[in-house]
Amino acid sequence: MATDLCGIELAHPVVNGSGTFDAIAAQRAFGDALLERFPFSAFVSKTITPEPRSGNPPPRLWETPSGLINSIGLPNKGLDGFLAEDLPRLGELPVPLVVSVMGTSHDQFRRLVSGVAEREEVAALELNVSCPNVESGTIVGESPDETRSLLDAVRPLTDKPLIVKLTPNAPPVPVAIAAESGGADAISLINTLRATAMDPGGAGPWLGGGSGGLSGPAVRAIALLQVSEVAAAVSIAVVGMGGVASGGDAADLLEAGAAVVAVGTESFRDPAAGRRIASELSARFGLSSSG
Amino acid sequence: MSGKPGIAEQGPTLDDGRPLAPFGRRACRVTRNIASGGYRIFSAVDPEGPDPAAGQFYMLAAESGWAAEDGRPYLARAFSVADSDPEGDRVRLDFLVQGVGPGTGRLCSLQEGERLWVHGPLGRPFGVPREAVPGAHGAILVGGGIGIAPLALWRRRLAAAGVPTRVLLGFRDRERSGGLDLFRCSELKVASEDGHQGHRGYVTELLEVMLRGDDADGAVVYACGPPAMLEAVRLLCAERGVACELAMEAPMACGFGACFGCAVPLAEGGYMRLCVDGPVVRGADLATALVPGGGH
Repeated sequence: MATDLCGIELAHPVVNGSGTFDAIAAQRAFGDALLERFPFSAFVSKTITPEPRSGNPPPRLWETPSGLINSIGLPNKGLDGFLAEDLPRLGELPVPLVVSVMGTSHDQFRRLVSGVAEREEVAALELNVSCPNVESGTIVGESPDETRSLLDAVRPLTDKPLIVKLTPNAPPVPVAIAAESGGADAISLINTLRATAMDPGGAGPWLGGGSGGLSGPAVRAIALLQVSEVAAAVSIAVVGMGGVASGGDAADLLEAGAAVVAVGTESFRDPAAGRRIASELSARFGLSSSG
Repeated sequence: MSGKPGIAEQGPTLDDGRPLAPFGRRACRVTRNIASGGYRIFSAVDPEGPDPAAGQFYMLAAESGWAAEDGRPYLARAFSVADSDPEGDRVRLDFLVQGVGPGTGRLCSLQEGERLWVHGPLGRPFGVPREAVPGAHGAILVGGGIGIAPLALWRRRLAAAGVPTRVLLGFRDRERSGGLDLFRCSELKVASEDGHQGHRGYVTELLEVMLRGDDADGAVVYACGPPAMLEAVRLLCAERGVACELAMEAPMACGFGACFGCAVPLAEGGYMRLCVDGPVVRGADLATALVPGGGH
């Protein structure tokens, strides 16, 4: 069930959502079995920021009915650490690599995009304009003008595909149209929905970061609508995600207009979920999987 | 290979000796579920995985009745393995469970013949004393409440390796001393907060006395229990200059480094991910064992 995303050939239409799978850590747990049975047709990295971040204080997680609130805070090694330590290892994965980046200014985004795009290991970049865990992450993706302005700043820096990851916390269609007009090659959505939880002991907000983002089957119906509306409004490719746990869920997003589907929280429940979902999808369409 | 005496050679391992998990979750048949005080001990037969190292853990979810009524439990739950026994090319795994929420409640209700989703074994295991400290020859195990589970397997592995081992266990009351059934050894001192058996008070008071003895030199302390107990052990060992390894707990969605939820603060600043850098952690590496959300 081979497919194509912005000219990148994919063996099947199932990738991972950024920040929901760490291929380097997973190799520590599963060894080479991970590479032999890699669950995704492309790998999307965790979001990289210009400087290292240690992330939010714990607790960082809260289970909800059919979902999960996370308040992780984008821990990462920063651009230089990523390029030196992680990128060479991610480049050895058996699938194309998409690197997710987030800055708090155009200058930061320019530095990230040019630093990442020039590396041959990288097939495409995803601009994180929607992470609800970090105050600055919400601003660009909630405004069509800000989104267009960001694309104007980074589009000239690379010919590699730029994917814009939208937030569901603002109406996504005008932002998607702005991204397309600024030269984005694809739109991905949805990121997590802003959410919070209270300490069962009555000590106020449970999460160390105060609030977080909700994912999992709890958000699936919202994702399906937003993907459907965005896919109808733009002519560039759409990467659909939000609560996908089965081939049927993935098929719904493809039916709604997504070219590719991403799996996130379900991988926490089963590390090989992406592989299973690709295979269920393939069986559903009566085609043999090449993954 | 690591050449740990008495510890069976296994399949693929990471360079720190941890057995690697098969990729993906698999169904294991539940073969037993018995009461042990106020806790349950249940067994499942893993058709595929390696024999785990002591201190490693599994992510567990019942195949049916998970996400049943109000959509919880949704995620798998992390449990240290309390005992394991290779049976041909399969491995029997024992887990000690206290029903405190929807996930642990469902695990407590598992019936013989039901199927359990499992991924693991995961994480960094306990290291034998001479790996923790060159020249160290003895082990002191300190367990509290439900946290005694991984120490039961570790005690058995240390005994097989011929490592002199002393065991100190603490319980709040009789109801919560159930896991004691996992220890079938004579070298055991018990403390209980209600005084129903052994020393009336905390297990860390027994440790404090033991660490005053000359024979504490050359020993490594291995501890698992509630955060306050672990913090007391960490501080006592630091004061006495004795190395310690703590098996810790933190809220965890995935168990293999994907979710970044199980952050534990490091002495050098920043955080480790407990699932891949732990759950067994050197006391000296920690800023504190009192992790917010731990033990929840």
